[in-house]
Amino acid sequence: MRFRAKIVDVACLSHFSRIINTVAKLAKTCILRLTVSKLYFILSDKIANGGASLWCELSQGNFFDEFQMEGVAAEHNEIYLEFVPENLSRALKTAQSAKAVKIKLTNKHCPCLRVAVELPSLPSSSRIVTHDIPVGVIPRRMWNDFREPSVPDFDVSIYLPVLKTMKSVVERMKNLSNFIVIEANLSGEMNLKIETDLVSVTTHFKDLGNPPWASEDGCQSSAQGRDLESMAEACIDIKKLQQLLAGQQVNPTKALCNIARKRIVHFILLHEEVSLQYFIPAIA
Amino acid sequence: MKCVIAGGNVKVLGRAVHSLSRIGDELYLEPTESGLSFRAVNSSRSAFASFLFAPLFFQLYEPGSAGPDTELFRCKVHMKSFLGVFRSLPSLEKSVGKCLILLKPRASRLVLQLHCKYGVTKTHNLAFQECERLQAVFDTQRCASRLCAPARLLAEAVVHFPPTLAEVTLGTGPGGKISLRNYVEDEAELSKTMVTELWLAEDEFQSVAVAPGSHITFCLKEFRGLLSFAEASNLPLTIHFDEPGRPVIFTLDDTVLEVHLVLATLSDTESSSQSPSTNGVSHLPAPSDDFADDLESYMAAMETSEGCSEGPPSPTFSLHIPRPAKSKPEEEEEEEEEEEEEEGAVPGTPPHKRFRSLFFGSVMTPGRPGPATTQEVLAEDSDGES
Repeated sequence: MRFRAKIVDVACLSHFSRIINTVAKLAKTCILRLTVSKLYFILSDKIANGGASLWCELSQGNFFDEFQMEGVAAEHNEIYLEFVPENLSRALKTAQSAKAVKIKLTNKHCPCLRVAVELPSLPSSSRIVTHDIPVGVIPRRMWNDFREPSVPDFDVSIYLPVLKTMKSVVERMKNLSNFIVIEANLSGEMNLKIETDLVSVTTHFKDLGNPPWASEDGCQSSAQGRDLESMAEACIDIKKLQQLLAGQQVNPTKALCNIARKRIVHFILLHEEVSLQYFIPAIA
Repeated sequence: MKCVIAGGNVKVLGRAVHSLSRIGDELYLEPTESGLSFRAVNSSRSAFASFLFAPLFFQLYEPGSAGPDTELFRCKVHMKSFLGVFRSLPSLEKSVGKCLILLKPRASRLVLQLHCKYGVTKTHNLAFQECERLQAVFDTQRCASRLCAPARLLAEAVVHFPPTLAEVTLGTGPGGKISLRNYVEDEAELSKTMVTELWLAEDEFQSVAVAPGSHITFCLKEFRGLLSFAEASNLPLTIHFDEPGRPVIFTLDDTVLEVHLVLATLSDTESSSQSPSTNGVSHLPAPSDDFADDLESYMAAMETSEGCSEGPPSPTFSLHIPRPAKSKPEEEEEEEEEEEEEEGAVPGTPPHKRFRSLFFGSVMTPGRPGPATTQEVLAEDSDGES
């Protein structure tokens, strides 16, 4: 099992760091899955994570100048590692002006991802800073736990409002309540609601637009028959929503969410080179 | 004592106070013939800093008169109160033209007066306590290794470590390179903690004179305060160190300013027998192989003051050192009775506390014999009470 990769481009490094920062905001520990062509950051929906799950996928070619991976076995040419994304985030934080960043899987006292940052110092030499991030290797038999979650049968799919606005609304609401109701309809309207004993606050968004989904099964295609005005709602943990929004440092190309009434809210954030899906289950 | 600081030096003084505030909760002021000294020590006595401003630093400097039997007046004030006067460095720079510090022995307050723009004068009257001299015992000459670097280099190095990191290990490696690495306490932690290491080339330093293979581990937090002062004042920083367990001394030198920061370092022997020794540090590295993050003080408090309402000074704790003390170790801690002769080191508080090296010494007031030991040891303060 081997892995080495290198980033030399400053923009790629900065973009990669941003993705790691986003992941670090959403998960304390997560799985890094490496294949020949892609990297995945996965958080499975265990109780410990509050039931939320994360699937973030990026093509290695868009970031790395060098990428060599040898999986656990020829037929299973993949590596699954468990690690703390905050560590990687910190390691990359002071690497923004680096000439090169190399990441390598090593096993000295314990398996680690060694991040070696080559920084320019004196004109002639450069300074190397290494960060050894401890990782846990996930054995092959457990890989099934980390499959891509399927898109739920949702009732409404809608584009999100400008994330910055949504973030500031949610942040203020977070001070008042632990839960938030997110509801939307097929006419491009979305409401964010909180309700406590003393106060209820609702923020209305309209003209958001509903993404067209290819109707593979009856569920989605029956949308035509459905009332376009009726709201599908789900009550979720406001902190999870706030973390998702806080982690977005750059506006995604596309941002949408799928609401399965009273069951789950599925957020999809698409950037040019990376896609992120976050599933927040509804509170019963 | 009366002194006036003018112009840009007010900001320098402000920065010095900020630096000292990272060390301890009390600011000690000691006027001497060679200048005004500001000092601080942390609660566990594992960090000591002193800023000595020469008379030339001041527009006016009158340390006060010392009689044949009396010394120049010393006092200490709450760090927070003093820092409050210099809290905002930018506004100090912009609006303060002069700063007057006035201390009259019989007065009940230390007066800090800022003369600002537009004829505004801000007068702060701070409560103070008289105190004994606070002095760490150290000797840079006895250090086997010395590094001198521009502050910027060290600041750039330190930025890679998280702000909350406690301890860092400075070491020498092959090819004359100098390494900095975060310190992880035990093997179990190694598999959970990220380890960051960086190497600096010899030619990035202004001078390097190190014993090969040497390394020391010290607390980064206290060092950062000095580092920001050094960076702002653009002075090169010199690091004097020796074996693990012996204190590391950081110095900044200027024509009008002398700064010392003395930090205890982790000693790295394995055994942890409990017999105390007389000298805290001077002997072999203590067996305690742990870093005390619980910084139990193991140094004697030096300031037994005349008028001070302080509690009993904490006893000198020694490291757990295998050789027997010169004087009989007492099993109840907290109190050293001996004064003049040796420091009877008392086993520190609960034996399983790990200690860092001690390096404090108390400079006795004249008339009392000083500590009869080698320099590194601290003399415990003699204080029969409590």
